[in-house]
Amino acid sequence: MSETGTFLAVLIALVKSVAVLFLLLIFIAYVLYADRKIWAAVQLRRGPNVVGPWGLLQSFADMLKFVLKEPVIPDGANKGVFLLAPFVMGMLSLAAWAVIPIADGWAVADLNVGILYIFAISSLSVYGIIMGGWASNSKYPFLSALRSAAQMISYEVSIGFVIITVLLCAGSLNLGEIVAAQDTDYGLLGWYWLPLFPMFVIFFISALAETNRPPFDLVEAESELVAGFMVEYSSTPYMLFMLAEYVAIITMCALTTILFLGGWLSPLPFEPFTSVPGPIWFILKVCAVFFMFAMVKAFVPRYRYDQLMRLGWKIFLPISLAMVVLVAAVLQATGWGAGMAQ
Amino acid sequence: MTVAALFFYLFSAVMIAAAFMVIAARNPVHSVLFLILAFFNAAGLFLLLGAEFLAMILVVVYVGAVAVLFLFVVMMLDVDFAELRQGFLQYLPIGGTIGAIVLIELVLVLASFTTAPGSIANVTTPLPPGMSNTMALGRVLYTQYVYLFQAAGLVLLTAMIGAIVLTLRHKVAVKRQNVAMQNARTPKEAVELRKVQSRQGI
Repeated sequence: MSETGTFLAVLIALVKSVAVLFLLLIFIAYVLYADRKIWAAVQLRRGPNVVGPWGLLQSFADMLKFVLKEPVIPDGANKGVFLLAPFVMGMLSLAAWAVIPIADGWAVADLNVGILYIFAISSLSVYGIIMGGWASNSKYPFLSALRSAAQMISYEVSIGFVIITVLLCAGSLNLGEIVAAQDTDYGLLGWYWLPLFPMFVIFFISALAETNRPPFDLVEAESELVAGFMVEYSSTPYMLFMLAEYVAIITMCALTTILFLGGWLSPLPFEPFTSVPGPIWFILKVCAVFFMFAMVKAFVPRYRYDQLMRLGWKIFLPISLAMVVLVAAVLQATGWGAGMAQ
Repeated sequence: MTVAALFFYLFSAVMIAAAFMVIAARNPVHSVLFLILAFFNAAGLFLLLGAEFLAMILVVVYVGAVAVLFLFVVMMLDVDFAELRQGFLQYLPIGGTIGAIVLIELVLVLASFTTAPGSIANVTTPLPPGMSNTMALGRVLYTQYVYLFQAAGLVLLTAMIGAIVLTLRHKVAVKRQNVAMQNARTPKEAVELRKVQSRQGI
């Protein structure tokens, strides 16, 4: 490629990134709103309904409130690391969106190892928590950081094995090709959630644990740890943590959509459904998965810490390990799966 | 200068600066954080070389797992910085001499280091055209080097079992949770209703 060509490619990637970022942040504002509304509806409350029509502008009002308040930095805090932590967290959670394909080829970067990239980036988000917890120089944040690191590492293992089973079936590490491998004549019955149903369930639960969502929100268990690693944070740094949390949740929803729910594919493989643009299906599926996330938050009580560890290491790990062997054996014996053709 | 060269110099410069800060930083936690930055830039360099699988595995394994453990250990350490710096002058001559010797050796070796002209072509397993490097790596590992690969796995397994055996202690006095038993409990055996007489208690 010529030099101007490469510079142009870099420029286009920049423009794409800014566009994705912008749309993602607007989407997050409404995801936050939806989360609160769903939670409220389950508890027979109204939820946010004052700012704007039906409270639609609530998230933006909250954002302004956070930005305009004074950031308080504790005296004993390690100032640099204390301020770096929310930025690391926010940046990493947004970085994962560079490879997520919303439709065929609609990704900022079409990496060959897209799924590994997301796995790598999501395994890094634990740093934001550890750094924040340590730099606050306070008991509760530190205890919470230790807990969360143990929790995230435990569930990453089972997520890794779930991803491996999907990769075995799809025969590629490219997110676009994983979706393409689910494109069969059976529509939604051909997506991986059906043949890999146990893995789908494990992935969903592990995603809850990985993003510190209830019932696994031991990181910020308010009855024992005040507000977890965020105790000492206020104003914009706190907002960045909050934002990163929700971006990570949406990333996990998108990943569930891509790995198990056929990405941008139409659930019914005939007209008029196939002529609906892919991004609409993708966003609908992400919203559906998020609805499940929100419902779980609303009606499942919090796990105890030892139960959480037991679930991760003694139940999910053996099951997913056995499934990797089983799926590989079935694929080898029958020759099913897109990966076997090569 | 092309974009790739620009990124190469960016990654290398940040990596060297971070590597220097690992030994120069006063706070050990900062050292580990700089180490992570160095790992990250090394992954960037791998990406520029086209070794995308290695780059991602470097991030997952070293940054995502090993460095987290490092960070934990360092955070738990009760380091007295004044005490650390106390012996600095005392050990400076020995440390300086060893450092100088290693530096001279490195310069002597690297200055005369050349790659034989034809050796690049003799690489045992070149990347087949039209194959992603993940697949190529997998093919080599599971065909040509399958026994060595499995042996490496066995070594790791042994190390893991060893670590567990060394640290596993069964304490007798600790109350253990038996989840099956907890789940099998019914209100009948767990809850008891008693009529408490006023002013008498149980």
